[in-house]
Amino acid sequence: MIEGIIVQTLVKGSVYALLALGFALIFGVARVLQLSHTAFYMLAAFGIYTFADLLGLSPVVSIILSIVITTGLGLLVYKLFIDRVREHHVTVMLITLAVAMVFQELMFIFFTGQYRSAPAFVTGYWEILGVKVAFQNMLVFVGAGVVLLITWALLSKTRLGIAIRATAQDTEIANLMGINVSMILFTVMGIAAALAAVAGVLVAPTLILEPRMLWPPFVMVMAMITLGGLGSVKGAVVGAFILALVEVLVVFLLPTGAFLKGAFALVVMVIVLIVRPEGLFGVVFEEERL
Amino acid sequence: MLSRFFKDFQGDVVAIPGRLIALIFFVLLFLIPTFTQQPYILRMLIFTNMFVIFAVSWDFVSGYTGQLNFGHALFFGVAAYASAMLNRGAPLGPHWPIWATIPIGALAAVVAGVAMCLPALRLRGPYLALVTLAFPLILLGVIFANTQFTGGELGISGIDRISDSRITDYYISVVVMLVSIFIMWKLTDAQSGLVRTGIILHAIREDEIAARASGINTIRYKLFAFAVGGFFAGIAGAMYAHFLRIAGPSSLDLTLSFQAIIWTVFGGIVSIYGAVVGVYILYPLTESLRFISQFRMLIFAGIVILILLFMPEGIAVWIRDKIERQCPRCKLTNVSWRHTCRACSTDLY
Repeated sequence: MIEGIIVQTLVKGSVYALLALGFALIFGVARVLQLSHTAFYMLAAFGIYTFADLLGLSPVVSIILSIVITTGLGLLVYKLFIDRVREHHVTVMLITLAVAMVFQELMFIFFTGQYRSAPAFVTGYWEILGVKVAFQNMLVFVGAGVVLLITWALLSKTRLGIAIRATAQDTEIANLMGINVSMILFTVMGIAAALAAVAGVLVAPTLILEPRMLWPPFVMVMAMITLGGLGSVKGAVVGAFILALVEVLVVFLLPTGAFLKGAFALVVMVIVLIVRPEGLFGVVFEEERL
Repeated sequence: MLSRFFKDFQGDVVAIPGRLIALIFFVLLFLIPTFTQQPYILRMLIFTNMFVIFAVSWDFVSGYTGQLNFGHALFFGVAAYASAMLNRGAPLGPHWPIWATIPIGALAAVVAGVAMCLPALRLRGPYLALVTLAFPLILLGVIFANTQFTGGELGISGIDRISDSRITDYYISVVVMLVSIFIMWKLTDAQSGLVRTGIILHAIREDEIAARASGINTIRYKLFAFAVGGFFAGIAGAMYAHFLRIAGPSSLDLTLSFQAIIWTVFGGIVSIYGAVVGVYILYPLTESLRFISQFRMLIFAGIVILILLFMPEGIAVWIRDKIERQCPRCKLTNVSWRHTCRACSTDLY
């Protein structure tokens, strides 16, 4: 059982880490909660279904197509809606929520609410420590790990990464130092949408696809980035794995666990916010403190 | 006391277009059953009235204190479940009549409001939004896990109706709605000589630190706002459950919380009438779009996006600014097509 818990945690945690990382990047740089984030995850998963199952394209082509299209949509959403009201936090939250609803309803119109599944990219399994691990799950873990490493390298080693971190620290000073802040925000939105798309693409074959699939990870991602500290990239990844462990433990150990997994994650979030509002690795901004 | 109460209501109604419109609207609400008694229309209006109470109570909690509450459905759902469980009786004690279950349900929502406020005292902005978002979802998980008390997915059904005839239901909903929004409007009226809460809540929203420095116990007033908002949202939730004769998990849903916000922001936040206008436009609109039901939520979300982009203050405030104008000298509200003030005849332009 312990082996099962470990494997499940690693697989789930790596997907959550991808989602939470993108969300944390946007919050860290623009200080807005972009609530349509998991809609891009849903869109990418449906992209895989469309290209690989309906159109019969090869897995690699359909992966690339879904990620590119989803990222493009993310950038479009940013340009059309978020950019104009960026200063008003409540408006951004409401508008991105409405955008998520629009995407969900569009998927309902195109694909109806039927449960669907996408074909696995690779079949077969290995036995590790007596647990059968499907290649698809290993692909999720390895793929997510590689993308996380690439993102880490991008943020810490390149000029763009330095500019992004500078903007996150202080937008006005970054602007004075000659960084094109709106261009940075645009790029970050693209990176975040791409990360959500990678997560969606990787897990699409292991999940049941339906338009409402964006809400369960939506809630979990909120809890994760709070646990890690809003806006902290490292915290988002750590929080993702901790809450994935909590979720897997609840499902494994409690009889009615499947209903309570979200509730437990949210209880963890509430406790963190009450005991230590800045989270595990968060930075406190003076104007946000009471 | 009584003279102060009357003094508070001395003021022009006919000369100010916004108030005149409100008066005509309220009179029309009472006359509607004389024009039409179609069950469908009355049913829609009853729901509209309940959601008006719900949206206005969100405006009271979040608009006026600036405490962004993303889980307002908690109050609605707690009251719906509490009153339904008491009314059904069977596994938990005796059967309670309806005139007792609705107030008790609302009081349960007050308890939930105060419990939710305790973390809210420490948090602000997006952090508070996240915590409040979490509460109804936690409760939803508990409801699904304890099906013997809560009925799980199916909810608690077969509880008493509000009354036997639809017209009585309608009048009850109109009267409760008017009394509720009137109380909340008075409590938030900054110019009121009767209660001080209005001006204090405005002060907290504008600058909490300054309000505290002026000796206002902001924590007490935030608790007050959450309790009052929870009470009225609870009344709406309990009445909704008794009208539908079922309390189900959809009354705690994320979409219900967001709808309260969307209705209020659409009509105009921090103005009680904005929420009323928002619900009375959007709810019948989305209901009447039922015949193209697959596009219903799409159109709803589209309208919200357009309003937020082009009328960020909300439609009611936008219209009010078009038809009313404040005199620069005596601060009296005038019809915007007058050239001189009606009291001091100062030039308005």
